[in-house]
Amino acid sequence: MNIHRAETFFIRVAAATMLAFFAILVYLAVADRFVPPSHQQTIDPATVTSTAPFDHPGLVRTGPNTYDAYYVARVFSWSPQNLTIPLGSTVTFYVTSLDVVHGFTIPDEDVNVEVVPGWVSTVKRTFRKPGKLLLLCNQYCGIDHSAMYASVTVK
Amino acid sequence: MKMAIDTSGNHTTTPAENRLVLSHLYVAFGALFIGTTFGLFQTLTRANLMQLPPWFDYYRMLTAHGVLLALVFTTFFITGLATFSVYKTIARERRSLNVGWIAWIVMLAGTLMAAFEILTGGASVLYTFYAPLKASPWFYIGATLLIVGTWIVFLDILLNLKAFRKANPGTAIPLPAFMAAATFVMWFLATLGVAVEMLLLIPWAFGWTSGIDVLLTRMLFWYFGHPLVYFWILGAYIIWYAVVPALLKVPVFSDALTRLAFVLFLVLSLPIGLHHEFVDPGIAARWKLLQTFLTLMVVVPSLMTAFAIFATFEESAAAKGQRGFVNIVRSLPWSDPVFAGCALAMILFIFGGFGGIVNASYAMDILVHNTMWIVGHFHVTVGGPVALTFLAVSYLLVPALTGRKLWSRSLALVQVWLWFVGMSIMSIAMHTQGLLGAPRRSADIAYAGAAVAAQWHPWALVTAAGGVVLLTSVVAFAINLFATIFAGEEGETPFVFAAARPDEPPAPKWVGNLGMWTVVAVLLVVVAYGGAFYDHFRDHVYLVPGLRTW
Ligand code: HEM
Ligand SMILES: [Cu+2]
Ligand SMILES: [Cu+2]
Repeated sequence: MNIHRAETFFIRVAAATMLAFFAILVYLAVADRFVPPSHQQTIDPATVTSTAPFDHPGLVRTGPNTYDAYYVARVFSWSPQNLTIPLGSTVTFYVTSLDVVHGFTIPDEDVNVEVVPGWVSTVKRTFRKPGKLLLLCNQYCGIDHSAMYASVTVK
Repeated sequence: MKMAIDTSGNHTTTPAENRLVLSHLYVAFGALFIGTTFGLFQTLTRANLMQLPPWFDYYRMLTAHGVLLALVFTTFFITGLATFSVYKTIARERRSLNVGWIAWIVMLAGTLMAAFEILTGGASVLYTFYAPLKASPWFYIGATLLIVGTWIVFLDILLNLKAFRKANPGTAIPLPAFMAAATFVMWFLATLGVAVEMLLLIPWAFGWTSGIDVLLTRMLFWYFGHPLVYFWILGAYIIWYAVVPALLKVPVFSDALTRLAFVLFLVLSLPIGLHHEFVDPGIAARWKLLQTFLTLMVVVPSLMTAFAIFATFEESAAAKGQRGFVNIVRSLPWSDPVFAGCALAMILFIFGGFGGIVNASYAMDILVHNTMWIVGHFHVTVGGPVALTFLAVSYLLVPALTGRKLWSRSLALVQVWLWFVGMSIMSIAMHTQGLLGAPRRSADIAYAGAAVAAQWHPWALVTAAGGVVLLTSVVAFAINLFATIFAGEEGETPFVFAAARPDEPPAPKWVGNLGMWTVVAVLLVVVAYGGAFYDHFRDHVYLVPGLRTW
């Protein structure tokens, strides 16, 4: 098979660029633990509301400046509907669904994870800006999907 | 059975063969007309310029839009194109069309069944039908029939290849038929995933099983869903590789490299579906990273394709004595709507490629996942390049198959430009909304006046403006199509696939060995998915009953 010299060069450059991209992703994953949310914990969706800590969704303090936040999604609402987070704290969200798939996102803070019934999703974020933030469902879940939102206040 | 093949692989198809191909294309066009009309209404609804009635809500419409365009329009166009590529380049006396017609009937029956359920509200589950949203079982059965129909098309292709091999031992399959076959090998392997998913969904939708493994259905869906996008793109690539050079009156840049690119797409499309599930729980980050690597590898055949296209342009310009970028571009036949449409489609695809790299970078996915960025991305890939290429080539294909001259060349030229402009406006506005955080798949993006949502509305208006331009383009296409079919002047329109360079040595045997590539593809799938599936079945998974939430 004849491959033109210019094409060989072109493919090499392309392959090298691709390897460089990949190297950056591996570096981020290994050095910074910067990986997408991939928590592996199952939960029985039928008993979520009676299982601690999801029976009392909300904020739990875990350290001087760290918190866990437990959220339960159901068509078409979040609980808690309002959450207040102290400015500057690092929060790990634990989110699960009672019924269908939902999407947990705070667009202002790049929090974004799918919520799959039967599983617990986690995502961690440090809140450095004060304000009243919109938390919304970004995975279609039914007729009132766009009414499924809540608020998070950072102060 | 006697067979003949000239060096370019072209011969004349019979009127009966043409009718079969046209039947595929007509279903595709019907889906396009309905689907894009819904698309415009969606942009207007999100921009708050329109209120949908409760008996035809946004999600019913969006399901119809996604299914009709992403699954019906594309699939029927590609089955038609593949059938045509095979029939035109593999000559057979008294070819039986029975298998072909059975395929078409099964596909159409499935489509009508699924469409009925969607339009009457039994299946507002969007084109991804994520469980445990529970649609009417007839929706899943309809979708399954559509897929089974495409398997029969694949069978028809294989039967023709077999006849060719028997009559021409040792000769490589003509390039267009090879491209069609490689595309369908990939498609067949991909659709096995969604077929297994259907075997879980159908009994559950009937109520025979009490629960569904949600994560498993998502993995099966995306194992199919990513190669689905390559199925669309390979349909366009058949045209870019084998029709565009013919328009420019130059040979295929490299027959061997074209075959190599197609088999690379075949093996590299299958093991990477997890990149659609970067932020799913229950799948370990290492499997996501592994598939990210495989995802990025597709850069190689993609850039081989880009190279071949630019080299083809350069060669055609050189034949006219033109050199240098500006002169090359100027020398191209921009007044030909078929060429102009394909070239504009290629330009859109460059932007699609840029966005794709962002999407594949799994650390960045949280910024764009489930936002309008993604919707912008696939309109500048499937909605732009693929659809525009299909429409442009229709200006050649429909006249060639019907024996009627294209009604208006200038309207066709206006149409492809409107599509390009409309898609650019719409998709830039969608990408921007996404970067500002606007969610996709949402009927109302006001969110009761939340601060962040206030930035989205102006861009939703721009999106709607793009939608208006696009629908104008669709109307122009429809007028030209109907006028050609019903009022076009009778006459021949030659359709030729570009020939290979006469002095090019035949491709090495291994390049064209589809059986071997199938094995490679399956092995890669095992490597890429083995860990994730092993983990999944090791964990104790809860089955979920499912709901109709619309
Ligand atoms: C007139 C042209 C078109 C317009 C105005 C249009 C408009 C839209 C809009 C506004 C959405 C997003 C709605 C949302 O997420 O809430 C959408 C989604 C989509 N469009 Fe289009 N579109 C057009 C053409 C096409 C074409 C030609 C294709 C494919 C061949 C296509 C495939 C899709 C798909 C797959 C979705 C995703 C559906 C989902 O999220 O379930 N569109 N379109
Ligand atoms: Cu939702
Ligand atoms: Cu993909």
